[in-house]
Amino acid sequence: MRILSLAGRRLAASIPTLFLILIGVFLLLQFAPGDTVDAMMAQMGGGDAATARELRKFYGLDLSIPMQLGNYLWRLIRLDLGFSSIYGKPVATVILERLPPTILLMTASLSFAFFFGLLLGVIAARGVNKWPDTLISTLGLVFYATPSFWFGLMAIVVFSIYLQWLPAGGFEDIGAVQTGFGRTIDIALHLILPTLTLGLIFLAIYLRIMRASMLEVLNLDFVRTARAKGLDETRVVVKHVLRNALLPMVTLIGLQAGTMLGGSVVVESVFSLPGLGRLAYESVVQRDLNTLLGIVFVSALLVILVNFLVDLLYARLDPRIQAEA
Amino acid sequence: MTRLEMTRRTALLTSAAIAANVANPLRAFAQETPRKGGVFNVHYGAEQRQLNPSIQASTGVYIIGGKIQEALVDLDANGQPVGVLAESWESTPDGKTITFKLRKGVTWHDGKPFTSADVQFTAMNMWKKILNYGSTLQLFLTAVETPDAQTAIFKYERPMPLGLLLRALPDLGYISAKHLYEGSSDIRQNPTNLAPVGTGPFKFVKYERGQYIIAERNENYWRPNAPYLDRIVWKVVTDRAAAAAQMEAGDIQYSPFTGLTISDTARLSKDKRFIVSTKGNEGNARTNTIEFNFRRKELADIRVRRAIAHAINVPFFIENFLGDFAKLGTGPIPSVSTDFYPGPDTPQYPYDKKKAAALLDEAGFKPGAGGTRFSLRLLPAPWGEDISLWATFIQQSLGEVGIPVEIVRNDGGGFLKQVYDDHAFDLSTGWHQYRNDPAVSTTVWYRSGQPKGAPWTNQWDWKNDAIDKVIDDAATEIDPVKRKALYATFVKEANTELPVWMPIEQIFVTVITAKARNHSNTPRWGSSSWHDLWLSA
Repeated sequence: MRILSLAGRRLAASIPTLFLILIGVFLLLQFAPGDTVDAMMAQMGGGDAATARELRKFYGLDLSIPMQLGNYLWRLIRLDLGFSSIYGKPVATVILERLPPTILLMTASLSFAFFFGLLLGVIAARGVNKWPDTLISTLGLVFYATPSFWFGLMAIVVFSIYLQWLPAGGFEDIGAVQTGFGRTIDIALHLILPTLTLGLIFLAIYLRIMRASMLEVLNLDFVRTARAKGLDETRVVVKHVLRNALLPMVTLIGLQAGTMLGGSVVVESVFSLPGLGRLAYESVVQRDLNTLLGIVFVSALLVILVNFLVDLLYARLDPRIQAEA
Repeated sequence: MTRLEMTRRTALLTSAAIAANVANPLRAFAQETPRKGGVFNVHYGAEQRQLNPSIQASTGVYIIGGKIQEALVDLDANGQPVGVLAESWESTPDGKTITFKLRKGVTWHDGKPFTSADVQFTAMNMWKKILNYGSTLQLFLTAVETPDAQTAIFKYERPMPLGLLLRALPDLGYISAKHLYEGSSDIRQNPTNLAPVGTGPFKFVKYERGQYIIAERNENYWRPNAPYLDRIVWKVVTDRAAAAAQMEAGDIQYSPFTGLTISDTARLSKDKRFIVSTKGNEGNARTNTIEFNFRRKELADIRVRRAIAHAINVPFFIENFLGDFAKLGTGPIPSVSTDFYPGPDTPQYPYDKKKAAALLDEAGFKPGAGGTRFSLRLLPAPWGEDISLWATFIQQSLGEVGIPVEIVRNDGGGFLKQVYDDHAFDLSTGWHQYRNDPAVSTTVWYRSGQPKGAPWTNQWDWKNDAIDKVIDDAATEIDPVKRKALYATFVKEANTELPVWMPIEQIFVTVITAKARNHSNTPRWGSSSWHDLWLSA
């Protein structure tokens, strides 16, 4: 249980960081010219000064910046994320509505990238400098270098417009009201293209890391020992090498889960998915400070949670970590 | 895959039908009888904060709220006011009392009857207090009297030209239900704004933020046999290229108000499944601007402003960047405004680089080291691809006459704040929206005394007594002929003084499925109620 207390300590240490991040974002947004009322005027196509003044009062923008920040932090301590000016709803509700598509997309593409990255990485390492390695590494580079919006649009052109196999966008079919299993299938169909688009880039990273990590471990002494005691190659790779080579991959998952939880503005926009990334982008453009800070807060919480789990997973994969702690 | 075959077959049939239409358009349409049913999917690019057109005048609200709620009047195919919730109207000779007779037997979607009390409540509490442009239009509205349920009498402190009111009301005259708003502490935060209830041909069903909005046929609509469509679905697609792809995949049938990129629009205009046109948007004309900040001493010199206008080859820009959907503008009142357009015989500034250089020399700004006369900061508005291209074109054109230009890009909120509140610009460029009558949203660009921070108004630190007088006289002139003459004088003066230059005229572009019938048949069709729209099989 020492690992648990270690992870718990790290959890406690992240709370001040969280507050610093929130204050930083708050101040950063003050540097952006214009506030949410200006953004609203831009959207409406005009309005008079009296309306603007009244709206500023309504949103609490007539207070000084330290007062606004103080109010925000005081609300946060009471676990109140505030009221969203663009949605006219509590920020917590807005974020909860957007969380499921983001988590679905993120889990799907991370799993896809992790699984195939692992597989391709192992294959490439086993046949290092032979044609499978060259092919896989080249493909990885191509995926990594291709911008995701282009990938997404090309996927729509091929699979939705020409082949008409998959829907071109959206989270689910609006025409037919579906429930239960039918709806699950429908959502899954809508998520195939975005998952591939988002996953391919991460796949490239995972397979490079896996390949390098495998190559390193394959040359270690204990692998020679395993071979010397007569184990067949599959057992050596699966039982001895893979487990040790997985550590960097787990680290990477912890890091990338954070990036992906913030949502992917590009993929969500191209496929018209109602995720956190688009919400965050819109909040910045609309200067909806409460919503933006809420998203930062929730993403940060999720990142802390994921890192906590990664800490636990380390100990499971490599018992030495627990012992040294 | 049955879906695949179905779609391809229907697509083939459609293109065959179009080929027939092209060969003999009149006969093809005459033979068709309107078909009931069908779902119309609409591209919705930018979500608004609410959907009630009585409190927000913008196309982003009309495209949805305009099908659910109705206005007192709308524009007919010839751009003339036609009654919707109002059946008739008359003005007293002094222009201070305007009486509307309201339609009988109209009910709200929740079953309650529509009466003059709704008109009174909406006018006094929404148009006059909250609605952008409405609050200016109704500034001198003192009361709305309701002698009976079908009569609403508007009382004005100063004369209100009937023509101005009738041309403004299609946009600024949407009615909300009194019983849903009365007593609520803040009309802006009333939940009805996000689940609107109206008298229109379509009833609100559902709004899933970030995804879609659904409305369905109102079975109790007051027009007989209308509407034809079963439902309308607005799909939120923020990425323009993705929206074009969804149109091609058949998921979206209509993209309003120049919702696609210039290149996709050009591509789809060659596709027989779609109709690409500016028709039906004549009531949403706009001009591209160059706004001059008079706080810069160079720009306060009229010779410099004229030189800048002469230095830019506008026809070249239109031909090479905007194509068929834009034309050379001649001032603040665009040529589609048949009631007020004064013709092109006002001061114009054709491309003439030599003249521009001569004017700059004459103003005392001779080229210094490296050929530079002085440098300027240009703030382009972030809406629309054309503005971005136009800003770059201005930069390159002025560079050639020795005025290096730095382009400072902002997002929407930032742009409005820096230009109209902080006045931190030398030149800025965006759109001036013309709303059928110059008094609605055009003269505020020129009238002095605008409150600081009010977007799209005269914030140039420029004042001209003659223009101020013409604007004020025209706003209360009851005689339509005299009003037109006053606005002709206004355009002449505006083009002479050039505080803002409006050299390009544009109308929004519509991309719509070729199966749609009765579409684009009024000057503000995208905003209108679509009660007669139907889809052929």
